Amino acid sequence: MGIEGVGARVARKEDKRFITGGGRYVDDMVVPGMKHAVFVRSPHAHAQIKKIDVKKAQAMPGVIGVLTGKELKADGIGNLICGWMIHSKDGSPMKMGAWSPLAVDKVRYVGDAVVIVVAETKGQARDAAEAVEITYKELKAVVDATKAIQAGAPQIHAESDNNLIFDWEIGDGKATDAAIKSAAHVTRMKIVNNRLVPNAMEPRAALGHYDKAEDHYTCWTTSQNPHVARLVMSAFYNVAPENKLRVIAPDVGGGFGSKIYIYPEEIVCLWASKKTGVPVKWVADRTESFLSDAHGRDHVSTVEMAFDKDNRITGLKVDTIANLGAYMSLFSSCVPTYLYATLLSGQYNIPAIHANVRTVYTNTAPVDAYRGAGRPEATYLLERTMETAARELGVSPAELRRRNFITSFPHQTPVIMNYDAGDYNASLDAAMKAADYAGFTRRKADAAKRGKLRGIGMSCYIEACGIAPSAAVGSLGAGVGLWESAEVRVNAVGTIEVLTGSHSHGQGHETTFAQVVNQRFGVPLDSVSIVHGDTDKVQMGMGTYGSRSGAVGLSALSKALDKVEAKAKKIAAHLLEADEGDIVIENGEVKVAGTDKSLPWFQVALAAYTAHNLPAGMEPGLKETAFYDPANFTFPAGCYISEVEIDPETGVTDIIQFVAADDFGNIINPMIVEGQVHGGIAQGIGQALLEGAHYDGSGQLLTASYMDYTMPRAGDLPSFKVSTSNTPCPSNPLGIKGCGEAGAIGSPPAIINAITDALGVPDIAMPASPSTVWSAIRAKKH
Amino acid sequence: MSDVSLTVNGKRVSGSVEDRTLLVHFLREHLGLTGTHVGCDTSQCGACVVHVDGRAVKSCSMLAAQASGSTIVTIEGLANGAELHPVQAAFKEHHGLQCGFCTPGMIMAATDMIARHPQGLDEATVRAELDGNICRCTGYHNIVKAILSASQTMSKGAKGRAKQAA
Repeated sequence: MGIEGVGARVARKEDKRFITGGGRYVDDMVVPGMKHAVFVRSPHAHAQIKKIDVKKAQAMPGVIGVLTGKELKADGIGNLICGWMIHSKDGSPMKMGAWSPLAVDKVRYVGDAVVIVVAETKGQARDAAEAVEITYKELKAVVDATKAIQAGAPQIHAESDNNLIFDWEIGDGKATDAAIKSAAHVTRMKIVNNRLVPNAMEPRAALGHYDKAEDHYTCWTTSQNPHVARLVMSAFYNVAPENKLRVIAPDVGGGFGSKIYIYPEEIVCLWASKKTGVPVKWVADRTESFLSDAHGRDHVSTVEMAFDKDNRITGLKVDTIANLGAYMSLFSSCVPTYLYATLLSGQYNIPAIHANVRTVYTNTAPVDAYRGAGRPEATYLLERTMETAARELGVSPAELRRRNFITSFPHQTPVIMNYDAGDYNASLDAAMKAADYAGFTRRKADAAKRGKLRGIGMSCYIEACGIAPSAAVGSLGAGVGLWESAEVRVNAVGTIEVLTGSHSHGQGHETTFAQVVNQRFGVPLDSVSIVHGDTDKVQMGMGTYGSRSGAVGLSALSKALDKVEAKAKKIAAHLLEADEGDIVIENGEVKVAGTDKSLPWFQVALAAYTAHNLPAGMEPGLKETAFYDPANFTFPAGCYISEVEIDPETGVTDIIQFVAADDFGNIINPMIVEGQVHGGIAQGIGQALLEGAHYDGSGQLLTASYMDYTMPRAGDLPSFKVSTSNTPCPSNPLGIKGCGEAGAIGSPPAIINAITDALGVPDIAMPASPSTVWSAIRAKKH
Repeated sequence: MSDVSLTVNGKRVSGSVEDRTLLVHFLREHLGLTGTHVGCDTSQCGACVVHVDGRAVKSCSMLAAQASGSTIVTIEGLANGAELHPVQAAFKEHHGLQCGFCTPGMIMAATDMIARHPQGLDEATVRAELDGNICRCTGYHNIVKAILSASQTMSKGAKGRAKQAA
């Protein structure tokens, strides 16, 4: 490892602009003639639109255009779609209701966009938006998925009877039922995974610019995957053909999944720009973000876990109802199915698994992937059940897990996944040691003397990243392939530009991608530039989500570097009059092994471009492209332990320590990986202790601001103890598994297991806020 | 309309704005200082913190007209030319930022926090003092580390200067 190469703890190249105020986010963009948009949104969760009167609004000062869904439809703009087809167990396709970018006849959740107002200033647009008169006929709303599928519930889309989108299953139901029937012990639980709002700190924004002279559109948008945005807007929403649509996702202030999807606003801003003849910028307020960003989680499940007399798991049966909100967001259908139920084997050898999943429309914001996406739900269900089983069986939580760990690889689970590498005992050992697990009994007794309740909880998670082998996901219903692309351009002076389809919105790609180049050629990081987020620069890519940029994006880079290296070696062999097989590239020098003959890297690059003396028949230039399609998913795994102390007088939970021991495969930059884990853990602790999106019975979002939705703040969290013990991933060239979501996946059950341990109760709802904990203590006493 | 005249990052600036214009919008839209960010609409997130007459202020909680006559420092004016402010340098060294959106507000709040605690800071104080700044990426772990480190660097620097003066 060089000082800037793979494995080095290098400070980030991109930091300078962010710490000096030089970041360039969508809201910072200014285009000549640009005007400002405000959306009029539905105040009702479920209503018919009887009449829209825009006359007053149009006459307001500064107003340029007030546009409705009818006009949008008349111009042929298409409905939003879900890009992953799931079939119900009876073979019928999922029931996708129409989602118009601007509602036409009906609104289905509070925040549904109805009208766009474009004005000279945002203030004027806001004033005019208030003057738009919409007559609604209110309908009964339903926000709870378990109620929405009951007979007589309000019907949200004509396409889906009883609001059921699909009723899907995976695994062997008969074998699982038989295992439960013949079990020595069965642990049964109801598991609720609370609804969350992703809350990237940068609100969503879009700037649409139609250039009439060129008949060309440009869209600056807060996207994790600008190429997918262009593809979908072109192929499905009929905004413009791909060659006439450029999508730019510049600096993006966090995503966590919520910026994967193509939302109504970017489509409408592009269309409105053509309609009004001015560039149109929209930036969400925070409350608008709460109302209209895709939410996460919101599962209600029952689980039965069967054990034999030796405490080995013999079967797992799961029944889940997943709330998908008012419309099917872009990848909403795969989250509670292939990203969830395929991980229900966890780290354990389970011979029979069966999961049934029903997805349901409700009058709430659409629900889609949020950091972890399905895997936190699977982990929470499994690890809460394991903890409960250990208590019921009277064995230690660690021992029960160890007894059931998968220890030989590859391991085929009964739910599709083929785990390729891992060492679950190693991460459990590392976490228990770091947490001084053995000393807990003493610490608990000390706390008790002070009148405090101590608890300890663990969680052994596994997830599937490196999403994903294209043919495999295609066979499961995905509408796209999930490969990645990279182009390496070596300039004539030897500096290098890497164009990648991955998108960084906090992950530090400008540093880690450059480290991989440095490792290969020894070119200093400062001489390597990473270009991403612009469909005019990078040909095609699938973007960043599912912890895929290391395992998939860097694999594409690695493949492109192979091609560059091969050509550079051919040129060097020719110039140095040596055998191609004897050429090595090290520390910025191209050498003939075993001799003192060498050339600096830049001279090889220069030779490629002067083309005065190249091997016969070789094309000039040094630029290569590669597409990498993963051979398998990758399987990051680990063990998290939390220790909490609860004040029984107030119900306040104090996290005494939080330990993470992860296996991420090979690591490019440990500093960045640790940062990803810290952030993930904070979101997981947020889910467990603080965060919850709550709608009232009429469909009003009660938690639509930072005054009402409890974001984790510095004082809510401890410093974390993180470490890794890694087994390289065998399926990709760099051996990377991925680290972006682990923290959010592994931590909620560790916290809830610790709280229930401290309180001596079987379960507690997330978020375990002080009032919830206090009520649980009171209920136990009485 | 209100006439606003103030000193921003050492330069005299003035403008005429709608009465309802917030300081943050004046900085961003009239002066093009887009390093100061807007992350919420309830003065909770702290992405818009700047220094007004030497104190950290959420610039969404003040009208531009109210700030008239003040001296303002934004994230763009914190470094001494090419030399980063110790807090900026510490955020980079300790990986105290990821997406960068909350970072300007964090750095401006941290600079003020360190100035108000010349005797030094401990982790509990830093965490309590960061209550008005929300970060969704870092889990605060490395932000706390960066602020503690910058606090040490700056107190050493201050002692050094005091020694020289003596």
